[in-house]
Amino acid sequence: MKTEDLINAIAQDAAARTMPMSWRLIFAVGGGCVLAALALVATIGVRPDIWSALGTWRFDAKLLSVVAVLAGAWGAVRHLSRPQGDSRSALFSAALPMLVAVVAIAAELLSAPVATWGQRAIGSNAKLCLVAILGLSLAPLAVLLATMRAGAPRSPSLAGGAIGLLAGAIGALFYAIHCPDDSPLFVALWYTPPIAVMAATGAVLGNRMLRW
Amino acid sequence: MNEQELQWADLMRAANRGDTDAYRHLMAAIAPALRGFARRAFARSGLGVDEVEDAVQETLLALHLKRHTWDERQPLVPWVKAIARNKVIDALRRRGGSTHIPLDELSDTLADDRNSDSGQAADIANAVSHLKERDRQIVVAMSIEGASARDVAQRLAMSEGAVRVALHRALKALAKTLGSGTA
Repeated sequence: MKTEDLINAIAQDAAARTMPMSWRLIFAVGGGCVLAALALVATIGVRPDIWSALGTWRFDAKLLSVVAVLAGAWGAVRHLSRPQGDSRSALFSAALPMLVAVVAIAAELLSAPVATWGQRAIGSNAKLCLVAILGLSLAPLAVLLATMRAGAPRSPSLAGGAIGLLAGAIGALFYAIHCPDDSPLFVALWYTPPIAVMAATGAVLGNRMLRW
Repeated sequence: MNEQELQWADLMRAANRGDTDAYRHLMAAIAPALRGFARRAFARSGLGVDEVEDAVQETLLALHLKRHTWDERQPLVPWVKAIARNKVIDALRRRGGSTHIPLDELSDTLADDRNSDSGQAADIANAVSHLKERDRQIVVAMSIEGASARDVAQRLAMSEGAVRVALHRALKALAKTLGSGTA
């Protein structure tokens, strides 16, 4: 077949409207959040003292740290969904928000007596934290992977890793409103591993599923 | 950014709003540039240039099927280059060539290669023959015969919408067959 003939057929398909990638990602993140929220409510639920917790700086810093990671990962995903997206600015976008957590940790170390650091870091619910963040991240990961298959990432594994990070941050955000441990030390010690596992899982899956 | 690049971006924006004529013009303008790029890449990696047109057609299909990954506020040409680079590297890899393509190579040459006429390609003919019979009829009518969706709908006693849906699905299937190297 001649190329100009193929162009005839492609041109006619301009009538098939297509949603911009950034909008698709908005729907995917929104859908992932809804699924994670439903999973949270259906299983472990929201902590009973949520309203008074919202007035404490540690709880707010916990949410803010996770939201910052989520926003940074989202930026990286948007970037990496495009064929010309360069990995350096995506990595910068993903890494920068982690400074919020660093600031929270510094505040905790300055305000809490040294003798309590260990107990604050160990917390009361570490095992559930690991399992629940992974569990709440699964549905968002599936939705985001399906959406990213419409993308054109230059590096499928990097794009998959960013998607895993984003899914892990969504899972962490919803787990955070159940989690009774608010110390930034606890968050750094126990939220990081499951989110990292999700990022690694995303990278492996992306390498297999996001080629185009 | 030169005038031609701005014009291409305008055409793509019009295409995104369903303007088939703008889209045809754009694709026809991009194809020779892709051909020049692919030809050089094939030659440099030690492959014969007789399969270049397969890579050109695969790239055109990818540009079409991934067009929503172009952000309308950004320049079009870097996006086209990135898709082309990815697809041509794939094509080289499948044929066992070396795949080192500096991006600069493409940036110098994407805009001004007009010395080539549109070639025939074997892979896509093969891929078309693997389509379901109805889809194959639709693709052949709309490509080689240049028929409109309405013509084809009347001929095959289908609705125009069904023809459009089938065309879109068939183009996706063609891209997939070409990309897998089984055509």
